[in-house]
Amino acid sequence: MSFGLVSAAYVAAAVLFILSLGGLSGQESAKRAVWYGIAGMALAVGATVFGPGVGNYAVIAAMLVIGSAIGWYVAKKVAMTEMPQLVAALHSFVGLAAVFIGFNADLELTRVLTLDEASRSALTGFAGVLAHKSGVEIAILKVEVFLGVFIGAVTFTGSIVAFGKLAGKVDGKARKLPGGHGLNAGAALLSLVLLVLYVNGTGIWALVAMTLLAFFIGYHLIMGIGGADMPVVVSMLNSYSGWAAASIGFTLGNDLLIVTGALVGSSGAILSYIMCKAMNRSFISVILGGFGTTTGPVMAIAGEQIAIDADGVATALEEADSVVIVPGYGMAVAQAQQSVSELTRRLRAKGKQVRFAIHPVAGRLPGHMNVLLAEARVPYDIVLEMDEINEDFSETDVVIVIGSNDIVNPAAQEDPNSPIAGMPVLEVWKAKQVFVSKRGQGTGYSGIENPLFYKENTRMFYGDAKASIDRLVQAI
Amino acid sequence: MRIGAPKEAFPGEARVALTPDSAVALQKLGHTCFVEARAGTAAGISDAAYAAAGVTIVPDAAALYAAADVVTKVRPPTEGEVSLLRQDQTLISFFWPAQNTDLLERARTQGATVVAMDMVPRISRAQKMDALSSMANIAGYRAVIEAGNHFGRFFTGQVTAAGKVPPAKVLVVGAGVAGLAAIGTATSLGAITYAFDVRPEVAEQIESMGAEFVFLDFEETQDGAATGGYAAPSSPEFREKQLARFRELAPEIDIVITTALIPGRPAPKLWTADMVQVMKPGSVIVDLAAERGGNCDLTVPDEKVVTENGVTIVGYTDFPSRMAAQASTLYANNVRHFLTDLTPNKDGIIHHNMDDDVIRGATVTHEGAITYPPPPPKVQAIAAAKPKEKPKELTPEEKRAGEAAAFRAQTRTQVGLLVAGGLLLALVGAYAPASFMAHFIVFALACFVGFQVIWSVSHSLHTPLMAVTNAISGIVVLGALLQVGSSHWLVVSLASLSFLIATINIVGGFLVTRRMLAMFQKS
Repeated sequence: MSFGLVSAAYVAAAVLFILSLGGLSGQESAKRAVWYGIAGMALAVGATVFGPGVGNYAVIAAMLVIGSAIGWYVAKKVAMTEMPQLVAALHSFVGLAAVFIGFNADLELTRVLTLDEASRSALTGFAGVLAHKSGVEIAILKVEVFLGVFIGAVTFTGSIVAFGKLAGKVDGKARKLPGGHGLNAGAALLSLVLLVLYVNGTGIWALVAMTLLAFFIGYHLIMGIGGADMPVVVSMLNSYSGWAAASIGFTLGNDLLIVTGALVGSSGAILSYIMCKAMNRSFISVILGGFGTTTGPVMAIAGEQIAIDADGVATALEEADSVVIVPGYGMAVAQAQQSVSELTRRLRAKGKQVRFAIHPVAGRLPGHMNVLLAEARVPYDIVLEMDEINEDFSETDVVIVIGSNDIVNPAAQEDPNSPIAGMPVLEVWKAKQVFVSKRGQGTGYSGIENPLFYKENTRMFYGDAKASIDRLVQAI
Repeated sequence: MRIGAPKEAFPGEARVALTPDSAVALQKLGHTCFVEARAGTAAGISDAAYAAAGVTIVPDAAALYAAADVVTKVRPPTEGEVSLLRQDQTLISFFWPAQNTDLLERARTQGATVVAMDMVPRISRAQKMDALSSMANIAGYRAVIEAGNHFGRFFTGQVTAAGKVPPAKVLVVGAGVAGLAAIGTATSLGAITYAFDVRPEVAEQIESMGAEFVFLDFEETQDGAATGGYAAPSSPEFREKQLARFRELAPEIDIVITTALIPGRPAPKLWTADMVQVMKPGSVIVDLAAERGGNCDLTVPDEKVVTENGVTIVGYTDFPSRMAAQASTLYANNVRHFLTDLTPNKDGIIHHNMDDDVIRGATVTHEGAITYPPPPPKVQAIAAAKPKEKPKELTPEEKRAGEAAAFRAQTRTQVGLLVAGGLLLALVGAYAPASFMAHFIVFALACFVGFQVIWSVSHSLHTPLMAVTNAISGIVVLGALLQVGSSHWLVVSLASLSFLIATINIVGGFLVTRRMLAMFQKS
């Protein structure tokens, strides 16, 4: 396949990728969009394999088969509640691949530069591209390689830590080594020094040293971020994996890699921005961990939490005309989505209006709740975003809050001294009755008391979310 | 304690302050009950019924006053009854202490404690003892029935084989307890009901009962919360406007029921003689305020009169007594609830706690002293109405100016970003070689396209978006593929490894996205 044909295939692939992302604007068009993505990828890989300068076909075929098999197995097996972990794990792969490819580029470059003029012109493929570079171009190439490896390495360890936290293998709390962000800043500064050394021709050791530093930064950065901020972290890592791909594209002079990397990078960046906005916090404050400082004492809460049993909730549901369910991470932890779906079916069969209100940062991944509810066969047209439903709470008879806390905390609006003041929240307390399904009396991720639990129209429905909802389903 | 109810001495009064049901409840509190012979006859309760409920029958009033520690009555005591009161005896009845100062003084000199049922404060906790409300409710109902009795037509409109009957039009003035009860009764009989009140906040209650609120366009309005839910006198301007509105309505209204009372004042004159003049013959006016002078100019208290133009004006003052069975039941329950509060330990011993807002408010003489008027209650009867916040209406000019400012701000940020981006590109272009710039343009454009496309992605599809971008970022395989043909063993092995993991990424990412998207379904 000639170079011209390969370029044509790359253009087609780039267009298909853009269409694939654009198609995700609606549930129906998304089903088509994923096929655009698959077609684009097949086209890109096919054109490259059969394009100029590629050898070792046996190795390629073997790796393709093994990789596909593993990918297929993982995709089949993963439970929807484990989706955040899976996404984080896959990010780490992209990061690691970027690191390897960067090292390869350096190795090839060193090899090419040692060759004489005659054998240089005989080189083909990537080595051939390298052979024709001028001095300035080689300096730029080195910067690109360095950047690609740096971002890739941060993505790799960062994603592994994120995976560990999401899978519960690493403690979800924010943890920092003594020295905190000073360590990260120092490591980044050191990497910058190494970059200068590397461009000036110190050899591969500078690259290796920087990789180790970047591994540390990735690890330490994500360790310092708590569990509930994971939606931001995962989308940030998504963004990084894109930028890593883009800088590899610069290294290799491959436009498709650049385009795709940039698409993925900007997608992740926008998702991070949306998540931060939903928490009313700046990106920097999420990355640096912890909450902003408060200016005064937090408002005291009067009243008491009143418990209720399944029969009480069932009676209220029987009498209600409109019901809104607010799911949170607790629903995912308890695997209660099937029970919730069954409850929804029964209530809808009785002619009641049942809807779901999803806060943008509910769960551990952007859109996590939507996927879980979809898995449990809850129709997506009754699953609404915060902005679509917040106005309707005052006309709602019953709200059931399942395993969420901070996203329904009225303190965000009522108490200017609250750590989450100003965060957009679901205004569930405006409904006639609120039932909160919760394991115990503890506070949420942010460790702040929730005045909602003490309101007059709120009743606490203690117990494991799945067990509670199952009892409720039986009582109705 | 011994609790006794005498036969009402007031002529025509048919109610009684103790029923067999309330007696049973009182006995559960540890009290014993007495009743004067034939006290309940007029209300349809025989002495045998009392006896069956465990009540002791005593032959006359004197014997009852002698036997009872607590005397429960309906009407204020007569001169003769006051003189029967003795030291430390408690009397529970309507008393009207503001009007009956002499009677109050007499009761004090007798040394009795007097609890005036008409003085029970209007707070939520005391609603169960609010005898005024329960009597007003009966009066409102009875007023409509009385009006129907004198009204020669149907309330409800009918289309019969013999012809069409228009529905009656009823106007209720004053939407207190009696007014609302009258509205409810009139609407349920099928009449078209209008209602008026000086307190605009009751409009909602009026409409909830099925009547139409007669709207008066007037700036100054009353906040009923400040006066404990009662009406206050209105300004002369307001009154003029109100009368003008009534004059407009008078010719088409068939039945007028007036219930307007202002505490401690004679009833306001709201239905003047000229309004009566323009009403149709056969119309009926029921004046529930007759006892306090009447809302209508032509009302004669305790009488039913017919004007020259054939309008019947009912001025009875004893509506509750005309429904004695119902009124006795409710009144006896009110009294019983009060006695429950007076017997906190349910041991038959009365504990007259003067620190209790309700008991303090209703007690007018206690331990030889007049305790009327009571201090204001600690609990506000009704939460003060919150002033309504009106969103400021923007004028079209302001709106346009705001939009223009927003547009300018948007233009400024966009132009600023473009200039900054352009400068950055120029800076890169000044130093970088042409081959780099070619790739850089592609990169910048791709970022731009990415930003444009991703904003339109639906929130609910963010997880699939992440999975699909994940798969797509597996595009790094291209890098691995380009390097795998190298002759260096380390390069080949590293490239193979990255090809492997990137393939996992691609296949896993796409398949899991497909799996997720297949789950989204419409209802």
